[in-house]
Amino acid sequence: MRTYHQLTDPDRSGLADQIGAQRKRVAERLAGVRRIVAVMSGKGGVGKSFVTAHLARALARGGRSVGVLDADLNGPTIPGLLQAPPTAQPPAVGLDGVKCISMGQFLDEGAPLTFTGPAAESFVWRGAMEASALREFLGDVEWGKLDMLLLDLPPGMQRYVELCDILGNPPAALTVTIPTPESRDAVRRAMRAAVERGSELLGIVENMVGGALQGTAGDDLAAEFAAPVVARIPWHPTPDSWNQLAAQL
Amino acid sequence: MKFLCVECDQQMAFGERQLPGDGTLAATFKCPKCGRVVAMLTNPMETQLVSSLGVEIGGRTVPSEPFEMVRANVVTGGPAWSTDAQERLSRVPSFVRGMVKKIYADYAKERGIPEITPAIMDTARAELGLEGM
Repeated sequence: MRTYHQLTDPDRSGLADQIGAQRKRVAERLAGVRRIVAVMSGKGGVGKSFVTAHLARALARGGRSVGVLDADLNGPTIPGLLQAPPTAQPPAVGLDGVKCISMGQFLDEGAPLTFTGPAAESFVWRGAMEASALREFLGDVEWGKLDMLLLDLPPGMQRYVELCDILGNPPAALTVTIPTPESRDAVRRAMRAAVERGSELLGIVENMVGGALQGTAGDDLAAEFAAPVVARIPWHPTPDSWNQLAAQL
Repeated sequence: MKFLCVECDQQMAFGERQLPGDGTLAATFKCPKCGRVVAMLTNPMETQLVSSLGVEIGGRTVPSEPFEMVRANVVTGGPAWSTDAQERLSRVPSFVRGMVKKIYADYAKERGIPEITPAIMDTARAELGLEGM
């Protein structure tokens, strides 16, 4: 009996063609975006979304056109941080003119992300559903011309891997850590994954510096990965803290 | 996905796709040489996995709408949908499913209906003049 690749006629299910069309749609939509940067950590609670939102605002205040894609589908916070009103047709426009797309714009206040579908063994299809939502966020938002699109990633590396697959090319990576050794160890894994995928490491943002959290995570990671510490954000940052970070990118 | 008529050693051609409305899917393939037709039947989990990718077996008949998958499949925090109502909704073509879902959800919200059932859908359809939805 012949195998799949020995059958030379096209795949009649049409699935491969549709996947190809989806990739093309994403590529066309992002053609006007000069730079895509994933703000990532691998560690929860280090302030990725806070850094993303304030960095985006600082970039916008500096005259650059900026969009933020909230890739934290289960815990979206970007619309709140940017005070972006819900809109029928994303992107929403928030503080300082930053455009954004987030699952938070599709969910009622406080509602968890739930998909319709067979409840039994839902883990089988839920990951694919989330990846599809991410693909739609990338391919269906009319960003227009952007100098920078920031991708606010959730903790862990799964979403980063999905993004690399959907984008075709790995995005540049800006990593966020807090000073503690526990954060350093978690962020190290994320940075290694990013390097293995071929992401350019733009640098490390050490957040929540100068308070009760002790450690040298920023410097440790900078030395290990030969990447600069682009900002040390204090507990009570001022607009200047973010402007200085924006100037590094 | 390809289907081979082993007896004829011929690749079978896609015939049609059917959505019975119970979460399953049927797709037929026909041998161009002997004319034999086979049906691929998928269970609800398999059907959901394919639709999670935003694709349709046999190809799309209309281009996808923006945020089609999100609008059609994300539970927005509005009224709950009974299993029967979900199955009925799944029979609506995917490119308008999100819009249809929102119409029923808005109808239920405005009337304080906590769960959408096929009976509620029938009532809404009659009241709103949505025959065929």
